[in-house]
Amino acid sequence: MNQDQLHLLLDAVPTTLEVFFLSLVFAVPLALLAGLARASKVRVLRWPAGIYIEVFRGTSVLVQVFFVFYVLPLYGVTLSPLVAGVVALGANFGAYGGEVVRAGVLSVSRDQREGALVLGMGPLLVMRRVILPQAWSPMLPPAGNLLIDLLKATALVSLITLTDLTFAGQELIQTTGNVTGIWLTVLVIYFLLSLPLRGFVSLLERLTRIPQSERTP
Amino acid sequence: MILATAIFDFHYALHIAPTILYAARITLLATVLAFLFAMIGGLMLALLRRSRWFFVRWTAMVCIELLRNTPLLIQLYIVFYVFPFYGLTLSPMVCGILGLGIQYSAYLSEVYRAGIENLQRGQWEACTALGFSSRRTWRRIVLPQILPPMAPVFGNYVIQMFKDTPLLATITVMELLGTALNDASHSFRYVEPITIVGATFLVLSYSSSIVVRKLERKFAVVH
Repeated sequence: MNQDQLHLLLDAVPTTLEVFFLSLVFAVPLALLAGLARASKVRVLRWPAGIYIEVFRGTSVLVQVFFVFYVLPLYGVTLSPLVAGVVALGANFGAYGGEVVRAGVLSVSRDQREGALVLGMGPLLVMRRVILPQAWSPMLPPAGNLLIDLLKATALVSLITLTDLTFAGQELIQTTGNVTGIWLTVLVIYFLLSLPLRGFVSLLERLTRIPQSERTP
Repeated sequence: MILATAIFDFHYALHIAPTILYAARITLLATVLAFLFAMIGGLMLALLRRSRWFFVRWTAMVCIELLRNTPLLIQLYIVFYVFPFYGLTLSPMVCGILGLGIQYSAYLSEVYRAGIENLQRGQWEACTALGFSSRRTWRRIVLPQILPPMAPVFGNYVIQMFKDTPLLATITVMELLGTALNDASHSFRYVEPITIVGATFLVLSYSSSIVVRKLERKFAVVH
């Protein structure tokens, strides 16, 4: 492992981060929508959200990546590798995130909702000012784990020809033959990328923690 | 013409379904063996992490964090491509089981750790008071108490591992996805093979998640 090889690997890190952030941007609204719809009492909302969540959680993420990349073009939807990867990862993590959102929203006690309604708040206001702020803190630990899982899952886009960190490692091995050094370095780079994510999540956890005394009278 | 080839061809699907479904036995075998490996490996990692020697404790922690926070794909590549350089040449299937088993050992070690930490201190103290050896304490007192409540958590990890097995296709294991892609590369039809794989995963993982939810209710912690 020399300096040049390390540079070539590091040059591919932005692509990995790009896939990660774009998928995140796609997954978060999906997760919120699906989670809230799934927690809703209205059947027309709950059912489609349930089907979306179960289908995307139930079929493997790699199968979904291949489906978007190989099957959708046959139906006239041709996506670039980047978009295909982002769509597949985003939809998959949107579904996992949907479950997290649902569990978080349902964890807020019913009295809170009823109390707010009695005070004359509209359903949207109740959601925004009463339910979501309290649903945050139980949602954060599982959401943080999903964040790490998403970062790890970006390695799959190397299988649909995207030049991310994993792909760069493969290419470099073909030219240099340094199998051990390069794979171990790639492993360590992924690990180092995950550290700030963990730090960010625990910071958020500290910021959103509701003191016990305020939560229960 | 393009549309004509794209529409789901049921005849072709029925033609390839038996081959693909037969490959499910490889997927299931890999899941079962890798999970057994992870159950033992996870316990060992959890115990090493509680070792009385700082160096052992620290090494175990670094290994666990490294394994938990890096992609399974890279770990599989390391087992498949790097191990042979050190004289460990294994068949793709064994590599796959080892790769899955090692990553999930790290996941499960955290589950064991939580279980051990949740055990009441009085249980340990009673064992000490009764003069139990540490082996007897673990086998007769600690494990029988922490294992049953872990069943649903393990169940979720089995399902998660099951859904990770398609990655074994990348190291040439002919499991569900590998077989499907192989079929697709002969016929140039991707719709049917990949759809069948997706549907198989959906049916198996959804039905097992119902079983796990029953387990969760059974072992629900009563406060």
